[in-house]
Amino acid sequence: MSMHRRTFLTGTAAAIAAGALSYPALAEDPIGVASIHDLSGGLDIYGKPMVDALTLAIEEANAAGGLLGRQLKLINYDTQSNMQLYTQFAQQAALKDKVAVVHGGITSASREVIRPVLDRFKTLYFYNTQYEGGVCDRNQFDTGVTPAQTVEKLVPYAMKKWGKKVYVVAADYNYGQITSQWVKKYVLENGGEVPSIDFFPLDVTNFGPTISKIQAAKPDFVWSALVGGAHISFYRQWAAAGMRASIPMASTTFAVGNEHIVLSPEECNGMLICYNYFQDLKNPVNEAFVASFHKRFGADYPNITELAMGTYQGFRLWAEAVKKAGSVDRMKVIEALETGISIDAPSGKVTIDPPTHHCVLDVHIAEVSDKKLKVLQDFAQQKPADTAAVCDLIKNPTDNQQYVIKI
Amino acid sequence: MNGRSLNILGLVLVSVTGLAFMLLTPQLAELDTVLDLTVYMIMAVLALSLALIWGFGGILCFGQSAFFGLGAYTYAIAMFNIGESTLPFLLAIILPAAFAALLGYFMFYGRISDVYLGVITLTVTLILFNSVNSTAGPEFHIGTARLGGFNGIPGIPPLNWPFNKTAAIDLEGMFYLATGSLLATYFGLRLLLASQFGRIIVGIRENERRAELLGYDPRAYKLATFTIGGALAGFAGCLFANWGNFVSPTIFGLAQSAQIIIWVIVGGRGTLIGPVIGCIGIQWLSAALGANQPSGGSDLWSKIFANAPLILGVILIAFVLLVPKGLVPTLGDIGLSLVRRRRAREQRGFEPQQAE
Amino acid sequence: MDLVALLAIQVLYAVASLALISVGLAIIFGMMRVINLAHGEFLMLGGYAAIVATSHGISIWVAMLVVAPIVVGLIGIIVERAIIRFLYGRMIDTMLATWGLSLFLVGLTTAIFGNTTVGISAPLGSIQIGAYRTSAYTLFVIAIAIAVLGAIFAVMRWTRLGLIARGTMQNADMAAALGVNPPRVYAVTFGVGAALSGLAGAVLAPVSGVFPTIGVAYVAKSFITVIGGGAAILSGTVSASALFGTINQIATFVTTPVFGEVALLAAAIVLIRLLPQGITGRFFRRGL
Repeated sequence: MSMHRRTFLTGTAAAIAAGALSYPALAEDPIGVASIHDLSGGLDIYGKPMVDALTLAIEEANAAGGLLGRQLKLINYDTQSNMQLYTQFAQQAALKDKVAVVHGGITSASREVIRPVLDRFKTLYFYNTQYEGGVCDRNQFDTGVTPAQTVEKLVPYAMKKWGKKVYVVAADYNYGQITSQWVKKYVLENGGEVPSIDFFPLDVTNFGPTISKIQAAKPDFVWSALVGGAHISFYRQWAAAGMRASIPMASTTFAVGNEHIVLSPEECNGMLICYNYFQDLKNPVNEAFVASFHKRFGADYPNITELAMGTYQGFRLWAEAVKKAGSVDRMKVIEALETGISIDAPSGKVTIDPPTHHCVLDVHIAEVSDKKLKVLQDFAQQKPADTAAVCDLIKNPTDNQQYVIKI
Repeated sequence: MNGRSLNILGLVLVSVTGLAFMLLTPQLAELDTVLDLTVYMIMAVLALSLALIWGFGGILCFGQSAFFGLGAYTYAIAMFNIGESTLPFLLAIILPAAFAALLGYFMFYGRISDVYLGVITLTVTLILFNSVNSTAGPEFHIGTARLGGFNGIPGIPPLNWPFNKTAAIDLEGMFYLATGSLLATYFGLRLLLASQFGRIIVGIRENERRAELLGYDPRAYKLATFTIGGALAGFAGCLFANWGNFVSPTIFGLAQSAQIIIWVIVGGRGTLIGPVIGCIGIQWLSAALGANQPSGGSDLWSKIFANAPLILGVILIAFVLLVPKGLVPTLGDIGLSLVRRRRAREQRGFEPQQAE
Repeated sequence: MDLVALLAIQVLYAVASLALISVGLAIIFGMMRVINLAHGEFLMLGGYAAIVATSHGISIWVAMLVVAPIVVGLIGIIVERAIIRFLYGRMIDTMLATWGLSLFLVGLTTAIFGNTTVGISAPLGSIQIGAYRTSAYTLFVIAIAIAVLGAIFAVMRWTRLGLIARGTMQNADMAAALGVNPPRVYAVTFGVGAALSGLAGAVLAPVSGVFPTIGVAYVAKSFITVIGGGAAILSGTVSASALFGTINQIATFVTTPVFGEVALLAAAIVLIRLLPQGITGRFFRRGL
C-alpha cells in the first residue's frame, strides 16, 4: 500500500506541476506513459499480462537511466471492461496527465473508442493487440500480428498435415468475422474446402449442438477463432465428446488468454497455433527477458502471452524512436518511427513498416503440448500484407480510418 | 420551518447551484474535467428517467438501459443515413418512447405487476443485447450504417445546431447542452410531479386499488409514466452517443441496467435530486477507482482496493442495509428531526406536535 | 436417425442443466419470496470449491457432489444471517442487496484466484451413438438433475422437514403459531438453496469452465426459468426448464446460438404475458 500512496502523491504532484503552473516540461519531470487496459471484468485475462509487461519495460528503462535523462512514469488505468471508461481515461491521459504516449486497448471496439479521442487531443497511441488489420491512422502504431501474417502460414501447414476440408468456428464479432474470411480465402487458395463457418457470441457456453453439426460435416480439421473465457468451454466439450482424437484443431486465437493452461493436456494437446511470440523461443534476448520477467513477477507466472510481448515491444519501439528523435514531441517521435525503427526483441527482429504503421516481425507455428507451447517452425520477417493492400500513410498522411479489406 | 418551505429552499438551492455550475465550470476547470462532467450530466438524465418511473411511478424497470441504448443506436444509425442531426435527434426520443409505449401497453394492460415487470423489462434489454451483439457481419446494416455487432458503431457524427449542418456542437457546447438538459429535465419533472398527473401517479404507487376505485385508470397513468421515462432515457442515449461518438451493445447489458438502479437506490427513491447525486457520485467513484492503479502489485490488499466491482458491491449492500431510503431522504429526515427537536425545545411542548 | 437420438440427448441435457441451475433459486424464491441475484455467484463458488478440492487431491466425484454443496451451503447460511434476515418482506431490497453481494463475490474471487484458473476436465469419456460421439458426462448431468429433483420431491413429500417447509411456505404466521421457528426454517432453506446451487455449479464446471464472471451467464436464465415456472418449486422448475430448454436447443440447432437465446427470452416474455403467475399459477397448482 505504501507504494500505492507514493505513486498517488507523485501523480498528484505531477498533475499540479503540469496543470497549475503549465510550464513546459522541466528536465527533471518524469515522462508520462499511460496504460489503458481492462484489469477487472471479463477481459482482465488479457489485460493483466499486458500491463505487467509494460511495467517491466518501464522499470528496465528507468534502471538504465531513463529516456533523454528523464525518468519514466507509468500511469495505469483500469477500464473494468467498460467502454465508457475507455473514453474517460483516454481523455484524462491526454488532457490531465499530458502523457507522451498511450499504450492500451484490447478489443477492436476499445481501440476504436480510444483512437478518435487521442487523434483529437494529439497524443501518440500504440495498440499492441493482434487484430483483424486495416487500421490506417498516422497517430497510431500497431504492434500485434494481423491475419495475413499468421493465418497465411498456418492454413497450408495444417492442411498439409491433416487434409483439405476445414470447418471454421469463430467468435461473432469483427475480429472473428474477418479472420474466418481470411481462413476461407487461404483454404480455397490451397485447394481445400470450407463446409461451414459458425459464429458464436462471446458469452455462449453450450456448444453441444455445434459439435453435433461438425460431426455431421466430417471435416479433416477444425479451425477455431473463438475468443474469451466463455468460449473455453468449446474445447472442453469437444474433448469430452471424444472428438479430439478423431478431428484435430488449429487456431490463431487459442493460448492468447492462456487457454492451454486453463485446460488440461488431454483437452488440447496437439492443437496448432501461430503467433509472433512464444515464451519458449530459443534466443539469447528472449532467455534474458524471461529470466528478468520471472524475477519481477515470480517464477510461477503462468505464461508470458503474445499480447504481453506486443505491449513490451510496443514500448521498446517507442523508446527507441524517442532516443532517435531526441524528444518526446509527438510529431518528432512519429517521424522517427516512420524511418522504420527496428529493435532486437525477445520475439526476434521487429521493424515498423512506415506506410502502414504496423510491424514486420517473425512468426512461429507451435503445438500445444502438456501446458507448454512447443515451437515447430519459424517464418522470418512477415510483412503486414493485408493492411498494406489498403493503407499507405506515406502517400496519404491524413488518412484516418479502419478499412474493411476486400478479401 | 416546515416541509413546504424546505421544499422551496431546496428548489432555489438547486437552481442557483445548477446555473452557477453550468456557467462557471468551463471557465474554471480543465478540459478533461469538463468532459468527464459532461458524461456525468448525461447519465444523470438517465438516472432521472428511472427516478420518475420507479421512484414516483412505482414501476420496477430492470431494463431502463433498453431505452437508453435504443436512443443511442437510433441517433447513430439515423445520423449516418441523414447527416444532419435535427431529425436523428428527434427520432432518438420518439422511437424509444414509442417502444416504451408498446411494451408498456403489453405489460400494464396485461395486468403484470411488480417483480414480473422487472423480469420482462430485464428480458427485453437482454434480447436487444443478444440481437445487436450478433450483427457483426457485413449483411447487417440499416441504410449506410453498419450495426457492427459486439464492436458497435464508432465515429458517430456530433449534433449540430438545428437545420444547420455546418455548425457542429463542440466539446464545451456539449457540456452546456448536457448540463442544460439535466436542469431542464429536473425542473420539468418537478413541474410534472406537482401537477395533478404527478399526484395521481404517486397515489397509484401508494395504493393502486384505491386509486382505481376513485375512478382513475392506473393502467393508463402507468403507461404514460413509462412512456415519458422511455423518452427521457432515449434522449440521454442520444446525448451519450454524442459524447463518446461511439455506441456498442454493452449499453443494453446487465451491468448498465444494474448501474442505473444503483444510482437511484443510493440517491433515494421518491426524490429527484437523490438519483442525480447518486449517479454522479457512483460514476465518479468508479472512475477514481480505475485510475491510479498500482502496477505489478501482487499483495491481496492492494488487489482488493484496486477492485472496482468489489467496492461497489460493498457500497450497495451497505446502502440497502443501513440507508435503505437512500442518501437524500435520510439526510432530509435527519435535517427535519434536528429542526423539529430545536423547535420542540423552544416551544417546550405547549403545542401538540403535527404529524407532518 | 442417429442424429435424432443425439438431438434428443442434447435437448434433455439442456432441460436438465436449466433445471439444475434454477432449482436452488426456485427453492429460495418459492419458500422465502426472496430473489437472490447472487445466485450466479453461488454457482461460480461451487465450481471453485470443486476445483480447489480436486487440486488438493480429493476425488473429483467427492469434490463435486460433497465438498461443493457443503461449502456453498455454509456460505449461504452466513449470507442469510449477515444480510438477508434483515430484509424479509422487502423483496426489492433483497434483490438489490444480493446484487451487491454478487458484485462483491466476483471482485473477491478475482482478487483471490486471479483470472487464470486451471479447470477440471469432464470425467467418463465419450459414448458412440451410431456415427456420432457425444460426452458420457452429458448423461451424468441428466442423471444428477433427475436425482436432485427426486430427492427434493421425497424430502418435501414424506419428511417432517418437508412438511414444516411446506407449511411455512403457505402461511408463515400460522406455522410460527404452531411452534415452528421461521427464522430457523429460513436460514436452513437459504442454506439448502445455496448448497444446491453449489452442487449445480460444480457439476457444470467441467462443461462450462469456471471464471469469476461466469455467474452472469447463469443468472438471467435461471431467474427467467424460476419466474416462468411460478411459485411451485418442483413442478414450476421442471415445466419451465422443459419448455425453455427445448425451445432454446432446437432453435440453436436449426439456426444459431444467438437465435436460440432470443427464442428462449421471447418465449419467456410471451409466457409471463399469458400466465402472469407463471406456469404453476395456472397449471399443476397442487404440485410441490
